[in-house]
Amino acid sequence: MSTGDYTKELSVIEGKPLLRDLDELISKPLETKPDKKFYIALSITLSMLGMLVIGLGLTFYYGIGMWGNNNPVGWAFGIVNFVFWVGIGHAGTLISAILFLFRQKWRTGIARFAEGMTIFAVFTAGLFPLIHVGRPWLGGYLFPYPNQHSLWVNFTSPLLWDVFAVSTYLTVSLIFWYVGLIPDLAILREKATSKIKKVIYSTFSLGWRFSNRHWQNYEMVYLILAGFATPLVLSVHTIVSFDFAVSIIPGWHTTIFPPYFVAGAVFSGFAMVQNVLIIVRKIFNYEHIITIDTLEKMNKIMLLTGSMVGYGYAMELFISWYSGVEAEQFTFLNRALGPYAWAYWTMITCNVISPQLFWFKKIRRAVPVMFVIAIFVNIGMWFERFVIIVTSLSRDFLPSSWAHFTPTYVDVMILIGSFGFFFTWILLFTKALPVVSMVEVKAVVDGAQPTHKEH
Amino acid sequence: MMSEKILYSLNAIFDTPDEISHAAEKIAEKGYKKFDVHTPYPVHGMDDAMRLAPSKLGYVALIFGLSGTLGALLSLWWVSAIDYPIVIGGKPLFSFPAYIPVMFEVTVLSASIATVLAMLFVFFKFPNNSHPLHGTGYMKKVSSDKYGISIQADDPKFNEEEIRKLFESLHASEIDLIFWDNEELNHKNKILEPKFLLFLLAAAVITSGTAYFSLNKLMFMVPFNWMMEQQKQNAQQKSLIFDDGFGMRQPVAGTVARGYMPYEFKGQPDLAGEKLVNPVPISKESLKIGQQKYDTFCSPCHGYHAEGDSRLRGQYPNPPTLHSDKVRKWSDGRIFAVLTDGQNIMPSYSTQLTVDEKWAVINYVRALQRALNAKESDLQ
Repeated sequence: MSTGDYTKELSVIEGKPLLRDLDELISKPLETKPDKKFYIALSITLSMLGMLVIGLGLTFYYGIGMWGNNNPVGWAFGIVNFVFWVGIGHAGTLISAILFLFRQKWRTGIARFAEGMTIFAVFTAGLFPLIHVGRPWLGGYLFPYPNQHSLWVNFTSPLLWDVFAVSTYLTVSLIFWYVGLIPDLAILREKATSKIKKVIYSTFSLGWRFSNRHWQNYEMVYLILAGFATPLVLSVHTIVSFDFAVSIIPGWHTTIFPPYFVAGAVFSGFAMVQNVLIIVRKIFNYEHIITIDTLEKMNKIMLLTGSMVGYGYAMELFISWYSGVEAEQFTFLNRALGPYAWAYWTMITCNVISPQLFWFKKIRRAVPVMFVIAIFVNIGMWFERFVIIVTSLSRDFLPSSWAHFTPTYVDVMILIGSFGFFFTWILLFTKALPVVSMVEVKAVVDGAQPTHKEH
Repeated sequence: MMSEKILYSLNAIFDTPDEISHAAEKIAEKGYKKFDVHTPYPVHGMDDAMRLAPSKLGYVALIFGLSGTLGALLSLWWVSAIDYPIVIGGKPLFSFPAYIPVMFEVTVLSASIATVLAMLFVFFKFPNNSHPLHGTGYMKKVSSDKYGISIQADDPKFNEEEIRKLFESLHASEIDLIFWDNEELNHKNKILEPKFLLFLLAAAVITSGTAYFSLNKLMFMVPFNWMMEQQKQNAQQKSLIFDDGFGMRQPVAGTVARGYMPYEFKGQPDLAGEKLVNPVPISKESLKIGQQKYDTFCSPCHGYHAEGDSRLRGQYPNPPTLHSDKVRKWSDGRIFAVLTDGQNIMPSYSTQLTVDEKWAVINYVRALQRALNAKESDLQ
């Protein structure tokens, strides 16, 4: 490629690797036996998953009374975790759909992984409403279907909208992910030497043959799916925020919730993608595919969304004072100065202050520092949901019904276990499927596209 | 061996994206129709070079998306305003703003699923692992880092020598022929293979077994039965606490339940006819209740019009008509005595009808009597 060519500055893959080498590098984890590090990591996540299993066993056997939930704090860790994990998922769709529509080529290296995380995060999130109903085997009643009781669900309730939003989100994310995987599975099919692998890859690649007559429709579908996934991802966290905003509890009943929840979701999702990718690029030697430039761009998005979240906090405080509603004013004073002040200030430190460090280019490009900041952001965003849900419920309009919420050991086990569940999926994913899209990466390597000719 | 095979296409491999774009342009220019370009990733500008018509999948998304929106709106309207009309939160039965989130989600869901299914199974006719290009060296190369072009033998302009020359002039790095695989051409799918049948059988046994176990056994085990079997006294259960051993208790002596005043004229129908007065006024509502109860309990023997025309076709003795002078002259209370005590072979209807319902039935019988023996003056 000649100098002065405008595609040069768009280069998102470092160096100019041979296409064949990219295939080799990306499919290597699938073709080699997992090493010791993998088994150590897996044993850690499986132990955490074991805590989830025990926690859920206790919950199902003895009932929801094993949790710290009380009256009035009927929604505590269960819903905090649900909102947290749904939020984590949002970064994946943002990267795969919104950045695709904006033609951000740097997304190619991280899109597949982020989409995978979306799916696993929504799996994890989906556990919580289900276990929160207490009798998860009756969860089918959440869906409207003509049943023997002649009952229908309440279509005017945000909780029902949630059922639709989350299940649509999961389905569309899975479809989007699978469509992206088909050509990659076909590459693996061509590379496969063992018979079993060949059969599996042939089955799931459906007979893809890299035909341009197919690529044309495929790209159209990818565009359509991206076009649908973009408003979808915005709608999901908007609807999650309606669970709170449509009620009249002070601290919940605000119109700022939908945009502020979406910004928070993207913020925490990027932090989680950041954390996991830093480890993945190191272990699998993907430093030239998931480049430091890509990480820096992600840090910029975290800076932007983190500042939006900070603006949200400030605006909530202002409006509670400006509205003149005593209960609202009290709720926000209570958050900052009441019994949960430690949670509130953890949230402010992690979410508002720590991402501001990303104004410095040096910090944006320093991998260990951004790793720590991303962990802080995750902690902060979990506490944001905790603060919103628990402080508002524990002290609402009637002081006579106030109560303090303290989590039990089962709550903590389920929280830790949810991370185990998520990371077990992630680990198995890294060994089962290509974590970077080979096709998309090859298409953006320097020299992969025809040089532009004057017509 | 080779000569027996049927030719599928003549293929060429190119090394750079520029060469393949140029080659595709030239081949489309020459008027070949049944040709295809195979690239490891979508190459920019290839659709124009091949002169492909724009993809039609956008229409699929549009049609299924709009039907999703409309379908969601209609079903939400039907469910909440027609089939299950319950006022919640003071909102109207058909509250459109509250339906928007669900309508949106259904739109996205149906459009996405339909578009992908249409692409894979209608446009591409997948799954198709028996295509002649599969399992060839050509496919291995174009899946990785080469760019291929393939002109099918059934193209009307197909001429091996000519195309070979054309490919060479375009600087193809490799040119070769691809044949149909005879084995795959002659392969017939046998449905009734023992392995497949065994698989079906196993699937059926496992599914039905799991369904039976989970619905009929599992749900009755600890802890799933904890809602059903609670530590409390249920109706009809034996009691260990009370001396008489009954779980249910008798009301205090002399208690009268609302609407169940004892009947004072048992065995004295004439006295009842004198003393009892019909408290239920004749109104549209009471006649409607009377008609419903009459049709349910009385009409099987007395007939819909009270003419004693039983529907039981003689399986049970026919009662006399209620249009006789005797019954028409009876007071309401006298009829009430019959409903309460029974008469001849007719049993008491006190367990089926409440007091008010009995009076409503009597009102309805009066209406029937008047209708069947109408006078000129009734028409006014």
